[in-house]
Amino acid sequence: MNKLVKLFTIFISAITLTIASISSSFAKVEGEYIVLGSAISLTGKYSSNGVHTQNGYNMAVERINKMGGVNVGGKSYKFEIIYYDDESNPKRAAQLAERLIKQDGVHYMLGPYSSGLTKAIAPVTEKYKIPMVEANGASRSLFTKGYKYLFAVLSPANQYLEVAIDLAVEKNGGKPVRIAQAFEQDAFSQDVRLGILDAAKRTGSEIIIDDKLPKELNDMAATLAKVKATKPDVLVVSGHTKGALTAIRQISEMKVDVPMLAMTHCDAAKLSKQHGKNSEYALCASQWHKNLSYKDKFFGGGKKYDKDFKKEFGYAPPYQSAESSAALLVFKDAFERANSFDRDKVRDALKTTDMQTFYGNIKFGPGGQNVAKPMILFQVRCKGDTCENKVVAPTKWASDKFYHPIPKWSERS
Amino acid sequence: MDLLIFQAPILMVQASLDGILLGILFALIAYGMALQWGVMNIINIAQGDLVILGGYIAYTMYLMGIHPAWGVIVSPIIMYFVGWALYKLVINKVVDRDLFISILATFGIAIVFQQLMNFVFGADVVVAQSEYGTTMLFDNSVTLPNSKIFAAVISVLYAIGLVIYMKKSRLGRAIRATAQNARAAKILGVDTEKVYAATFGINAALCGVAGALISITLTLHPYVGLPYTVRSFMIVIVAGLGNLPAVAISGMGLGLFEEFADYILGTEFRIGAVFMLLVFILVYRRFKLSKKREYLK
Repeated sequence: MNKLVKLFTIFISAITLTIASISSSFAKVEGEYIVLGSAISLTGKYSSNGVHTQNGYNMAVERINKMGGVNVGGKSYKFEIIYYDDESNPKRAAQLAERLIKQDGVHYMLGPYSSGLTKAIAPVTEKYKIPMVEANGASRSLFTKGYKYLFAVLSPANQYLEVAIDLAVEKNGGKPVRIAQAFEQDAFSQDVRLGILDAAKRTGSEIIIDDKLPKELNDMAATLAKVKATKPDVLVVSGHTKGALTAIRQISEMKVDVPMLAMTHCDAAKLSKQHGKNSEYALCASQWHKNLSYKDKFFGGGKKYDKDFKKEFGYAPPYQSAESSAALLVFKDAFERANSFDRDKVRDALKTTDMQTFYGNIKFGPGGQNVAKPMILFQVRCKGDTCENKVVAPTKWASDKFYHPIPKWSERS
Repeated sequence: MDLLIFQAPILMVQASLDGILLGILFALIAYGMALQWGVMNIINIAQGDLVILGGYIAYTMYLMGIHPAWGVIVSPIIMYFVGWALYKLVINKVVDRDLFISILATFGIAIVFQQLMNFVFGADVVVAQSEYGTTMLFDNSVTLPNSKIFAAVISVLYAIGLVIYMKKSRLGRAIRATAQNARAAKILGVDTEKVYAATFGINAALCGVAGALISITLTLHPYVGLPYTVRSFMIVIVAGLGNLPAVAISGMGLGLFEEFADYILGTEFRIGAVFMLLVFILVYRRFKLSKKREYLK
């Protein structure tokens, strides 16, 4: 008899365990929480931007939860995010995505930081049919693979500096310009380059220098000497923060005079702070700026976001944080429109997203990229020793006039 | 290509000077590597990371409001003790083992250093400003950053100082004796353990100087150490061990070659060209050696 009771208890506990493990592998929604997963770079070479991304996510989660959460089927749910540190390593990121999906049972993913890591994770989420809203992978190749579960709130990389070429042509009286360009040999920068090639073709402009900078770049004196000799109308440089800092350092040291200098990653590199006056007049591509007039009911506008973020984290939000916050607004909107936790329904709802957030309008193209938001350009301008980023294009949000051409070094104080 | 021919004289001058100035800096790092490779038979994969750490010391001074150029004095002093401590902690356990073990050990040190620097200084790319201005030659068509000239001068001074120290001082003689034959030196009363620790410290100090110079001429980031290791490794391979003039010449030659490869072939072939040169030199050396062996037969 005693034996039977024992057996019975074992049997029952085995069943409970099985049920428990099954239910945890369906952990997309636990009680009142919608669980999202994200592998993010908290250590390694992307750790600063990884933390910006995480802060952006956390800020949005807290705000949405505080303001009523997500309403699905007449019930209010809250967001919760499981984070893992991917160590800035693509292989690790892919493993962690697998772990989030298979072990933690996450059914909805938020993107990691950088194009490279997003590229590593996308095949995994695609394989398990997990919708992923990402905010920090801009490489064009992410949107040409036919991924069905990938959605990006940011503009693709090829759009970063296209506007700059249009601006140069406009300043040249509508006539084609001569372009010198130097791009790092990585997925993102090469996509920016493709955008410039398109713009050059469209405007009939000529590319006279087309350098590819090595990944371990720390010296671009050779490129700049060529620029000095050929005197192009515009110089375009993209090589992440290192590229931006190296370019400004050497342009100012070698006294390279170009009428227009267009770059990426100025704000991530804290260009105006690290190089001060030497960085003045540099034109920079950005996904977002606090002065834009977009609005939503969670964060208000850009300026309010800037203020709230500063209060919470103690520093001004870079665009990496803003776009990460926007990703959660997109998820909330999609859940509510789908009115269900069915992955495919949520995915279909994501696909038909058409909304405005403080970060910009969001509408996804066939490849999953955001087609509703233009890139903006700001120019570094200095008063005395303090330098600021002023939005100069598109004209709708321009807070300052675009200064062109850049004065020669011999005329600069 | 046509560009170089058109603007030939001026661009050649610019390229040559850029190459030589950069080459001198690399030669300093390579000299440290050659020294401890020759003395201890250790290939230090963490060489570049020691350089970057030295750079961060100068950068920290810059943040504290001290001119980063003082880093060329402070940084080697701190780095000497870092090197000495590293020897006592890790290197002394691998110094008599085969090369592979020491490569593994220093590779481990490199990773630890990278992560620590990332933890302490953050993952942002940083620069220190020297505000040294620019020297302009030939009616502004050749521009040389004074910070680079400063870097080259300091490198040369340190190299000369070290050569004299090696020749004249007691420790310098002991180091050279150990390099020639460690066992014989030991029998004759040289405390090789001490010599090894000092050598590793001196190497780290040289890295510290180079790092401080890099903080004002190039950029710093916790993960950019490896290119410096590779570059100095190459210079040492070309120059041979324990031969300072050869290291200096091969450093400058490499800088020049890189700069010209950049002009003529394009930036994307810059690193590739250097590696092609390395392969060529290795093959050539082998060829010469096999000739020699034939005579011997």
